[in-house]
Amino acid sequence: MAFLEINGLRKQFGSVEILKGIDVDLEKGGFLVLVGPSGCGKSTLLNTIAGLETITEGEIRVDGRTINDLHPSKRDIAMVFQSYALYPNMTVAGNIAFGMEMRGVPAAERQKAIDKVAKVLQIGHLLQRKPSQLSGGQRQRVAMGRALVRDPKLFLFDEPLSNLDAKLRVDMRIEIKRLHATTGTTIVYVTHDQIEAMTLATKIAVMRDGEVQQFGTPAEIYNNPTNLFVADFMGSPAMNLIPATIGGNGNALSVVLQREAREPISLPLADAPTGLSAFHDKPIIFGVRPEALTDPEGAERNASNIATADCHIEVVEPAGSDTFAVTNLGGKAVVARLRADANIQPGTSTPLAFNLTKAVFFDPATENRIL
Amino acid sequence: MSVIATPARQSTGGISARTVNRIVIYGLLALFALFYLMPLFVMLVTSFKTMDEIQNGNMLALPQAPTFEPWLKAWGETCVGLTCAGIKGYFWNSIKMVVPAVLISTLLGALNGYVLTKWRFRGHTLVFGLMLFACFIPFQSVLLPMATILGSLGRFGVTLRNATGFSFGLGNPTVNLVFVHVVYGLGFTTLFFRNYYEAFPTELVKAAQVDGASFFQIFRRIMLPNSMPIFVVTVIYQFTNIWNDFLFASAYAGTGDAMPMTVALNNVVNTSTGVVEYNVNMAAAMIAALPTLLVYVVAGRYFVRGLMAGAVKG
Repeated sequence: MAFLEINGLRKQFGSVEILKGIDVDLEKGGFLVLVGPSGCGKSTLLNTIAGLETITEGEIRVDGRTINDLHPSKRDIAMVFQSYALYPNMTVAGNIAFGMEMRGVPAAERQKAIDKVAKVLQIGHLLQRKPSQLSGGQRQRVAMGRALVRDPKLFLFDEPLSNLDAKLRVDMRIEIKRLHATTGTTIVYVTHDQIEAMTLATKIAVMRDGEVQQFGTPAEIYNNPTNLFVADFMGSPAMNLIPATIGGNGNALSVVLQREAREPISLPLADAPTGLSAFHDKPIIFGVRPEALTDPEGAERNASNIATADCHIEVVEPAGSDTFAVTNLGGKAVVARLRADANIQPGTSTPLAFNLTKAVFFDPATENRIL
Repeated sequence: MSVIATPARQSTGGISARTVNRIVIYGLLALFALFYLMPLFVMLVTSFKTMDEIQNGNMLALPQAPTFEPWLKAWGETCVGLTCAGIKGYFWNSIKMVVPAVLISTLLGALNGYVLTKWRFRGHTLVFGLMLFACFIPFQSVLLPMATILGSLGRFGVTLRNATGFSFGLGNPTVNLVFVHVVYGLGFTTLFFRNYYEAFPTELVKAAQVDGASFFQIFRRIMLPNSMPIFVVTVIYQFTNIWNDFLFASAYAGTGDAMPMTVALNNVVNTSTGVVEYNVNMAAAMIAALPTLLVYVVAGRYFVRGLMAGAVKG
């Protein structure tokens, strides 16, 4: 039995359904990231776990105990808010101890707990300051300290890094990951940043319009997206989703990509998914990530199915670590990721290697993956 | 005091248009300031003069032999109606009425604002709309209905005293005035606090809920300590209004021992016997104005800050 279980959770505001039947579970010590565009219901889902929003239907269980109707303070959870929500009238120590004070923990015990947390987060020198005298990163630490000191069963993070600048965000991301590794706590984390989701999570739930689109490990989500939305949302730069048709015959299917003013490219598929034969001569969406579309020298050596085709390069973007080349296939701009030192000029034709082992196919009508 | 900036125009010589503008603006400001300060000046000067000097001298002249006699007389000896014990008793009457009325209406306004923004319920906009509407009700229209209600409360107080030996303050004119001012001020104080709390981060309340704080613990530990600016604004506003109120005071406590300062001052000035003692009247009026003046001086710097708070996020 999983540590956190959410079964058939629904939430309505009047006649509007915000969450439409969420089923998610998480093992003890896991790190679940709820990711999706704004308005997808991920923050609402977190708030229902915290007890700050009521639910219309369904069940939330933590460690075998149903917590649906419990007051937030009785759920044995701690929450880190997007704005940190530090009490401006109290010192850092007061902020950290407020929850214990409310539960009637004796002063000496509170002091001990504060010192312990301050040591873990290295905020000992800040304890007597007011939140207004802290920098963004320090406030973030204090907010985590306030959560840590409760030693709860479940930690909830609501977009905790979105108020920090880019560099600090990366630092704090690593810090959160380290904290998770050393303390072994169970965490539910909300973000709209798919990189945070990929780097932190042991499980990701990709959400859209109040529904979980896909639930799985980061690798599953990244390599085997179940539909177009997940494929498009996860990964940066985004996956190339190219309108194409299925050609070839019988066992030897191929993907046909239209090009402007030139004959189409036909890529033979060695081990096509079985569902694909039904789409013979029909339109599909061909999905290939930028790193699976590269210069022939940089292509993955042990991939079993690599096809090479000449492509007209329109734009070259040297990014330092890689060079991104933009070509046009099937009427869409397609990004290829090349080695940094790849010698490539815009306006010329160059062979690109398609790693078809990593390619995925979608039905344009249902937007679902063809398996 | 800020001055409206006028665009500088190029002039062909002599004094520039800009300088002329400045002179006109500052001239007007000085004129209006004079207009405002003149009565205060006359009051102050007159209150330190003897009656001889007032009758024979110039109204604007400084006192030849400054004396505190009129102030002492106003405070301790002057006649209010038929009793001649000065205005000091009425001054304390006002304090006893104003302080509870201000504190109760302010705290209730804060509580209302807290509920209307952080514990929203069905129809909260309607409730707020009705409370706002209370701000626009003219004093005169509630005068008679309120008198009826206070009368009923007074009769209930008598019944209570007969039954329990204690009237719980019902029927006491001071308590009546406190009640009227609290009810009438609630619309304003609620408006002030609701608008302030509207911009108050809700995540703080949620964090406190997760921390296990109750409804009133959140109010006392999180909301109130972070409401200083609006608290001061409301106190100044309520204090000035209630202290200066004459209509309710004269209607519900216009005679008898609980008469507030404003009514007493009127009775001092409107005496129909003997010589009109201008110096004593002026001193009494100054004493009556002092508390509001004091509140402004002590808390005034918060006033502008508080009115602006919440206007800009951050």
